[in-house]
Amino acid sequence: MKFLTVSGPPSSGKTSVILKTIDALKEKGYRAGVVKFDCLLTDDDKLYMSKNIPVKKGLSGALCPDHFFVSNIEACVEWGLENNLEFLISESAGLCNRCSPHIKDILAVCVIDNLSGVNTPKKIGPMLKSADIVIITKGDIVSQAEREVFASRVKNVNPSATIMHVNGITGQGAYEFASLIEDTNEIETLKGKKLRFSMPSALCSYCLGETRIGESYQMGNVRKMEM
Amino acid sequence: MSTILKEPISKIIIEKPYLSDFFESYGITVDKNDERDLDTFFNELSEDLLEDVGTTLSDLKKAFNEYLSAMEEVLENDFQVEEITIIGGFNKSNEPENFELTIKKGDVVCIVGPTGSGKSRLLADIEWMAQGDTPTKRKVLINGEKPKKEWRFSTEHKLVAQLSQNMNFVMDLTVEEFVTLHAESRFIQDVDEKVNRIIEEANKLAGEQFTKDTPVTALSGGQSRSLMIADTAFLSKSPIILIDEIENAGIDRKKALELLVKEEKIVLMATHDPILALMGDKRLIIKNGGVAKIIESSEEEKAILPELEALDNKLLELRNRLRNGEVLK
Repeated sequence: MKFLTVSGPPSSGKTSVILKTIDALKEKGYRAGVVKFDCLLTDDDKLYMSKNIPVKKGLSGALCPDHFFVSNIEACVEWGLENNLEFLISESAGLCNRCSPHIKDILAVCVIDNLSGVNTPKKIGPMLKSADIVIITKGDIVSQAEREVFASRVKNVNPSATIMHVNGITGQGAYEFASLIEDTNEIETLKGKKLRFSMPSALCSYCLGETRIGESYQMGNVRKMEM
Repeated sequence: MSTILKEPISKIIIEKPYLSDFFESYGITVDKNDERDLDTFFNELSEDLLEDVGTTLSDLKKAFNEYLSAMEEVLENDFQVEEITIIGGFNKSNEPENFELTIKKGDVVCIVGPTGSGKSRLLADIEWMAQGDTPTKRKVLINGEKPKKEWRFSTEHKLVAQLSQNMNFVMDLTVEEFVTLHAESRFIQDVDEKVNRIIEEANKLAGEQFTKDTPVTALSGGQSRSLMIADTAFLSKSPIILIDEIENAGIDRKKALELLVKEEKIVLMATHDPILALMGDKRLIIKNGGVAKIIESSEEEKAILPELEALDNKLLELRNRLRNGEVLK
């Protein structure tokens, strides 16, 4: 089974891109499935199901979504193998822009949209900076100049990535993306693999359920702003 | 890389000012008066800082190397497209298209066909520089030769710039700031001159004038279109401009096409407007996912152009009268 992690800010078009890509993969004769990670709620699994795409949904609820991702992804890969998938795509939103679900030796894709503003590439951490492929969406509604400026800003923060434009509505570019991921390595398990980048560290009193504000309630890994 | 590591930051920033952009986009501040050499600078970055900005020293160095060589490629880039050749493949019913079409700089080719007929696929094949590896099995040659595979993913070799009706400016900048930002991202030498030229040319196309201090988001549809076309003509690195219909409002379409042709762009235009279609040298008729026919605009067809233009001008004149609060006659 070929496995890839797709991440990107909320509403950047990950689901649309994946749906169009799976259409293209199906055209090429592949069987592809999705694991969708979200925090509180998602109906995207229904979208996948309506297209007969095998899908597994994981909601992190009160936990940090990316920590939740790492603790579950191995089982997701097993699920994909049991279902005889030829492609498994994990979809997760990097909510604090500092996290990244990307794993060493596993194809890492970041989806980011033209509407998010030219300074956004700078603001996104390892999710974008360590991705192998960066997909830029919503190019059909901004000017050519903005597309070029945006792509050059992406290139500034991740010079080695393959930058592609995919239109999640018309599917333009999805066939090309599908051809690109065809070359990904097969995997049997994620056991022993490592994340490309450590996750933000916490473990303070608030992680453990503290709600009161005030110096005396703050324990553990706490950092203060310079005033 | 090894030589640059020994040079002081202060010198590097003067010679390669774009390198401060690189560090800035990683959230790392570089002092232009820093006398340390680059290697020392890298090694003295604190672990905490690197972790906060979401990278590691080795990843940062790797990205720096790649950025440096990518920039050298950009600055030395002499990618010149004189002509593209499209070699037909198959339509949706697997019937051969049987055509080979070469389009040269300054050519205007129209693409006609109903929605869903395969126009987007054709353009995608060109953009991807298809080599028989897309559903249509078409092949695309650049300057008569098979393009290098790595061009597909290089932002420096992007073949197609697109302009379509539903495109907008979304940045909150003035016209001047906006065009300057684009020019700077191309690392061209004479930024101010280019910017002024673009604004001047855009105003020649626009029905209503705008200034360099107008916010781009406040431009009318016609003004936006005019600015997009002028900007693309002068600043886009892509040799092919794809235009998805130009609405006949607030923009001189004929001048717009002339500008692109003068700047030696290859213009592909999806249109069902007879005037625009006749401005093209050829029309590709798309049906059932394939190119069904190529029609050269004949003298006979072109003979009706003056009549169409007179009609068009009449409408334009009435529109201007209406705008100026005059009586229609």
